[in-house]
Amino acid sequence: MSFKPLHFALKKTSRSLLLAGLLSLNYSSALMADEYYDSESEFTGYMAIESRYFTQDALYSGQEDASYSSAFNLEYYRDWDDGNKRIVATTFGRYDSQDSERSHIDMRELYLWRGYEDYEVYAGVRKVFWGVTETLHLVDIINQDDGVEDIDGEDKLGQPMLSILLERDWGTFEAFALFGFRERTFTGTDGRLRSALTVDTDAARYQSSKGQDHVDFAARWTQVYGDWDVGVSQFVGTSRDPQYQTITNASNEATGLAPYYAQIQQTGLDVQAIYDDWLIKFEGISIKYQDEDRNTAGVGGFEYTYVGINDSVTDLGLFVEYQFDDRHGDKATATQNDLALGTRWVLNDIEGTEVISSISFDLDNQSKFVSLEASRRLNDDWFFETQARIFTNTAEDDSAYALRNDDYVQVELRRYF
Amino acid sequence: MITLLNYKNTLSTLVATGGLMLASQFALAADLSEAEQKGLNIAIEADKRDVGFADNATKMTMVLRNKYGEESIRRMRSKTLEQDNDGDKALIIFDNPRDVKGTAFLSFTHKAGSDDQWLYLPALKRVKRISSSNKSGPFMGSEFAFEDISSQEVEKYTYKYLRNETLDGRDHFVIERDPVDPKSGYSVQNVWIDTEEYRAFKVDYYDRKSDLLKTLTLSNYHQYNNQFWRADNWMMINHQTGKSTELNYEGWTFANGFREKDFTKNSLARAK
Repeated sequence: MSFKPLHFALKKTSRSLLLAGLLSLNYSSALMADEYYDSESEFTGYMAIESRYFTQDALYSGQEDASYSSAFNLEYYRDWDDGNKRIVATTFGRYDSQDSERSHIDMRELYLWRGYEDYEVYAGVRKVFWGVTETLHLVDIINQDDGVEDIDGEDKLGQPMLSILLERDWGTFEAFALFGFRERTFTGTDGRLRSALTVDTDAARYQSSKGQDHVDFAARWTQVYGDWDVGVSQFVGTSRDPQYQTITNASNEATGLAPYYAQIQQTGLDVQAIYDDWLIKFEGISIKYQDEDRNTAGVGGFEYTYVGINDSVTDLGLFVEYQFDDRHGDKATATQNDLALGTRWVLNDIEGTEVISSISFDLDNQSKFVSLEASRRLNDDWFFETQARIFTNTAEDDSAYALRNDDYVQVELRRYF
Repeated sequence: MITLLNYKNTLSTLVATGGLMLASQFALAADLSEAEQKGLNIAIEADKRDVGFADNATKMTMVLRNKYGEESIRRMRSKTLEQDNDGDKALIIFDNPRDVKGTAFLSFTHKAGSDDQWLYLPALKRVKRISSSNKSGPFMGSEFAFEDISSQEVEKYTYKYLRNETLDGRDHFVIERDPVDPKSGYSVQNVWIDTEEYRAFKVDYYDRKSDLLKTLTLSNYHQYNNQFWRADNWMMINHQTGKSTELNYEGWTFANGFREKDFTKNSLARAK
């Protein structure tokens, strides 16, 4: 079991962790069963068990066809001083039977917030989301991916920061100083969904001589203009997306990959417009790699919802997004010239049943990726989710080629408390 | 302007600008028949009696029952801010079931045009702008559609006075109202409004085929700040499916001092 992220957390935020430990003693006083109450503090969370089954034979030694894991998420918050001060602590952990790298603990949030008359300040570890599109999150850059959790890039590691937020007539502006770089997590040797050569996180390399201690800066402005939501952001610092360098042994054989984190300046734009039942979405980024050329990436499309199909209470949403990225070579992404289509089927029943399906096509090499997700609540406390992911027609030059035998079905059962 | 929190129609703009606004919003008074004018006047009066509440907060519990009597509970808290020249702003925080706990919803109701709505998804920390056109679907799997509990702006319907009728010993105006928005799930609604305090006690909802779909019965009215009436109990029965939802409000507070900055995308993302 790897405690690398925890080790990080201990190093960076030992004082705060201690505080969180003390706060958790409030469990019994804060949790007031089913009584409906005015909560100024609350302790909540869930426990989950998950199983994955891979339908094809593993490509690499050490990998198995089935895995089991259990996870927890604990959240605490407390408001005081008439709601002008808040502390939040959220921690997530997973134990995986198969992949020791997937067994990990992370402090997702551990921050203090204070609201002043004209501005707000956050200090500590936070998760911040930017952007509007569904199939790709280009603009979203504050937090590092928790890559062992899922391949969809939506699970994030907590980022230590200091930030200030202003809300004015001209928009909402937030400036960030980001302290302590979080390395991406990667599947280990025994895990599925990995490249042929495993990524050795202990061998991480940085363009900046300050390495993980480089302080990154970011700022974002957002504004609502009627049916339009607009955001502009700027980031200066260590790229969250690594490039990979081959590690070789004495006899010049490749033994693994070292993640290399470059220094970048990234400008982002995200726009969403509503036109009747249509949601029109766009995200674009321009990235200047230090000592290298500038690159551009974009994703855009629309979402439409049929309400009450066939006079039922069921809704069917459709979304289409085109993805473009001109980064090639060691900076190549999986979304250089791709089209993603999806449906979201919402039953509007008491159990909140939802089925989301999507398929993405690589328009250059015809590789396809299919994803199906279904979820349903069993009762107030229990929740069930299942997903299937299929890599098909995967071309040799596609970044998903290493995953071509990693089609899988996953089931997860959650108990909230 | 009222979103989710009360039933009584509201009308600050009309009051503020008087007859001018009336003329522009509702075409020319001369175009209305006597029954239409009387229906409109009742709606305007009901709305006028609720102007000036400034803001309020409440807790809501929904009990969903299927035709076998099996129950499921939804819990929410909501806050509303009155606007001088437009529909209200409202923030709803979901507490139960647990898988949606922490989800929050922000809406800016508009007298004319579609409303603005945002949803906060706590797992991703994401604020998502959503289309407000989905107003006829079930709200949280209940028998309430969003349009049943959201803004009851005078401008969102056309009216016709039908008759007076006694219900539980009270005299009521019965008015028919026809939703202006073609996306409404209803062809028409009949509303029973008491002649003394202009409170709604019953609503019959007719589906797009003009068949009786649902009946809402409101009870346990209490008056706050010597002016504003709110019903604590809303019982919605679906005649076509046999399902029902009981919506109970509790802990109403008025004039909490809420501000515009408590109803923004930023405050939505911070809602607990």
